[in-house]
Amino acid sequence: MSELETAPVPRRNMELLLLLLALAVAMGAYYLVGINSDDGLSQEFISQGLILVGLALVFHIVLRIWAKYADPVILPVTVALNGIGLAMIHRIDLAKTDDTAFRQIMWTGVAMVVAMIVLWTIRDHRVLRRFTYIALAASVLLLLLPLIKGLGVEINGARIWVRFFGLSFQPGELAKITLAIFFAGYLSSNRELILLAGRKVGPLQLPRSRDLGPMIVAWLVSIGVLVVQRDLGSSILFFGLFMVMIYVATARVSWIVIGTLMLVGGGTFAYLTMSHVTRRIDGWLNAFDPDIYHAIGGSRQIVEGLFGLANGGLMGTGLGNGSPYMVPLANSDMIVASLGEELGLIGISAIVLLYLILISRGMRAALGSRDTFGKLLATGFSFTLGLQCFVVIGGVTRLIPLTGLTTPFMAAGGSSLLSNWIIVALLLLISHNSRRPMVSGVSATAEVATKAPRRSPGLLAPRKGAQR
Amino acid sequence: MNQAIRNTWIAVMLLFVLSLGALSYVQFFAAKDLNANPLNNRQLFKEFDLPRGAILVDGKPIAESVATDGQFKYQRVYTDPDLYSHLTGFYSLANGSTQLESVMNDELTGQSQDQFFDRLVNLFSGKENEGASVELTIDGQLQKFVYGLIPDGTRGTIIVSEPKTGNILAMASKPSYDTNLLAVHSSKQAAANMKKLSDTKDLSPYRNPAIYNLIAPGSTFKIFDMVAALESGQYTADTVLKNPSSVILPGTKTPLRNFYGGNCAAIPEASFAEIVAQSCNTPFVQMSEKLGKAPYEEVTERFGFGQQVKIPLRVEPSVFPPDLSPAELGQSVIGEFNVRATAMQMNMAAMGIANDGVIMEPNLIKQVIAPDLRVLSESKPKEFSTATSKDIADQVTDLMRGPVKRGTAVRAQVPGLDVAAKTGTSVVPCTTDPCGPPLVNSWITGFAPADDPQVAVTIVFEKIDFKTGSSLTSPNLKKILEAVFNQ
Repeated sequence: MSELETAPVPRRNMELLLLLLALAVAMGAYYLVGINSDDGLSQEFISQGLILVGLALVFHIVLRIWAKYADPVILPVTVALNGIGLAMIHRIDLAKTDDTAFRQIMWTGVAMVVAMIVLWTIRDHRVLRRFTYIALAASVLLLLLPLIKGLGVEINGARIWVRFFGLSFQPGELAKITLAIFFAGYLSSNRELILLAGRKVGPLQLPRSRDLGPMIVAWLVSIGVLVVQRDLGSSILFFGLFMVMIYVATARVSWIVIGTLMLVGGGTFAYLTMSHVTRRIDGWLNAFDPDIYHAIGGSRQIVEGLFGLANGGLMGTGLGNGSPYMVPLANSDMIVASLGEELGLIGISAIVLLYLILISRGMRAALGSRDTFGKLLATGFSFTLGLQCFVVIGGVTRLIPLTGLTTPFMAAGGSSLLSNWIIVALLLLISHNSRRPMVSGVSATAEVATKAPRRSPGLLAPRKGAQR
Repeated sequence: MNQAIRNTWIAVMLLFVLSLGALSYVQFFAAKDLNANPLNNRQLFKEFDLPRGAILVDGKPIAESVATDGQFKYQRVYTDPDLYSHLTGFYSLANGSTQLESVMNDELTGQSQDQFFDRLVNLFSGKENEGASVELTIDGQLQKFVYGLIPDGTRGTIIVSEPKTGNILAMASKPSYDTNLLAVHSSKQAAANMKKLSDTKDLSPYRNPAIYNLIAPGSTFKIFDMVAALESGQYTADTVLKNPSSVILPGTKTPLRNFYGGNCAAIPEASFAEIVAQSCNTPFVQMSEKLGKAPYEEVTERFGFGQQVKIPLRVEPSVFPPDLSPAELGQSVIGEFNVRATAMQMNMAAMGIANDGVIMEPNLIKQVIAPDLRVLSESKPKEFSTATSKDIADQVTDLMRGPVKRGTAVRAQVPGLDVAAKTGTSVVPCTTDPCGPPLVNSWITGFAPADDPQVAVTIVFEKIDFKTGSSLTSPNLKKILEAVFNQ
């Protein structure tokens, strides 16, 4: 077996300990927001806090029953991020006399319950491989939903929402999951073909044109999303997802080169022909130009975010003491700026490191997974989370143009919470399956056994001796 | 395959390093620049949550910050806003701040040099920085009285000052406005109120007419002519001057006439003193031909023309145009052509003559008081310039007694009080077609008692008909002097 195999130890008690720590952080943040507001601690502190604690503990018990060997770090980190996000949303609510936090805690509940149902019904992620093409169909359907008249609505210039029964939802967030499933399924089945066929040109092994199919689908989906729905962020996210999965499946750099070229081509085309992309880029390059700052759809949002971050500085103003509400969309797209202002560089760095831990644990699950499908799926999901964080933080800090992506688990928004919690559930399942005791007999992981072993210690893998 | 996953992880690591790097840059390295960016109004927001010092008149606040439950912790409240609007200005999030609220901002927010140690102590004790209060030299009763003398619907300014100290006792203008309207927290409401006020005829909420409006000074400019003439040594009060009813401006065919109707028509020849008393124009034009433009340029500059005066509100510099042709000079010496002066400038002219030729710097601030009532700074009388010698000043004073005793300002006579003053009327060029009734700017500037001046008073009404204008200048000077000297 692979050296990446760790001894099958459940480590659920460790998870409980970390979970309590995470809840303490989240409740602490909530408490600080309460005591620093003019009205003092509110009723919501108790009710919303208890809901979060209850949900987290139930989730923990569900893991004890159905995914005993799952990674013990993933759930606590996610709960901590979700909790800090809730506290910040509540804080912005207080400044704007709004009630987004209540909706957010409801969505958190829905998302965690759905995630638990996913854990309970799927048990083994390999089941999903059967739904490869159904997942593709589902993805296309989800992406097309907002375009249906009467169902889809346009908010802030992007047509990525559907509304029914008074609830608005972003189906594209779920498409992220179904597309990852499709690609993991397709690539794990056709990997050899793609790997072996093709011509070599210089140092690059070019794939056969017919194997380029999925790549072209990926590119078309991304550009389609960008053109039709005017959603730059999701477009980048989907493209990144496909690129990384094809790269992991084939280990060929040529894919990255081709993909990057196509991305540059598509991006240039979009900049030159599409007004909202042009505006984004101009707002990014000349953010501090007063004309662009004051223009409608100009750079006010990003500039105010930067002012907020600068106001926070190294130490932050302290929760409840800054003025993050001055930034447009302070509790959703710009929540990173809000957190950076009140928690300072130190606090926001800690949050960024939490994401890094989460993503690393996801990657670790991918490394340990005994089947190609699991590896691809876990890598795809983890990378998506990472890319999403980068696009958001890079956008807020003006490293790259600002796009309307949500900060996973933190930003106000139900669809994003739901899809990210499902991703967490699937990562937990994959890690559970990679760490649980082997059933005797040849498993579906035969290919891994011939391919995977390498003489290097596993990424972030605890040393065997250090285990209990 | 695992190697590819590891590489992917490394790629993610790189993205996170970039993210952390960008955050560090924004929050640490670039933070100072971003905080100082002109588009950044977070500093202002912070200010609105701090107790701002009051502006005091006679020890009572005319502008103060009152704790509220609104968007910010404090609301700026103005007492008698119409009376003081042009002095205090307003302190507003949406419209910025103006006048004293702007000029004295450091003191009012506790950021001035004098409060450095208080800030240091607060830093360690954790107390909020509190702003200092600013007490004005204004005499509340007098301010109210002079404000009442300006009829609603006119554009008038009255300034009363102490020539010996430069302290301004009253400075009022109409049209005025309610500063509270602009201090509201809601930016929407503030913007709507601002629009309404800006649409008010003759009113700009951003400008204090007493120190901003540049008006042709008319015959009040003759104060400078007297100084120039006496300094030249070629003239004395008794010098007999020709007084034709009109002169042709040098190098042109344009005649310049004495003021219509007045007493000047009856005297073809008179002493300099009589000419001043009746404010005849033609002798001054002939005088300017003889003296040339240089003395006038020097005198006006010594009196403050073209200079930046801060009281500490910024006074718009008055203008005596350079490079005048003899014809233009002829018009300029009677305060027409492109000569422009603020009411403050003409008050300084009276102050200079009154104070033996030395102009004391006009000043509105009496003292700055810390929240614990310590006096942080007290303003001391400062010389602005030596405009002329004591001897010349005394002679001009004597000449300026003329108009009040027997000339154009007889209506300013106060029994038992020795008053020196000079009136002025400048023609407002017609801008409408047809012209409508002719309009003038009506002036008087002077001081009393002439032998030991206690107050210098300047009154000006802009764009008003001649009759109303002259009935609002000399008679009002009389009323003010009566009020000041309790007669």
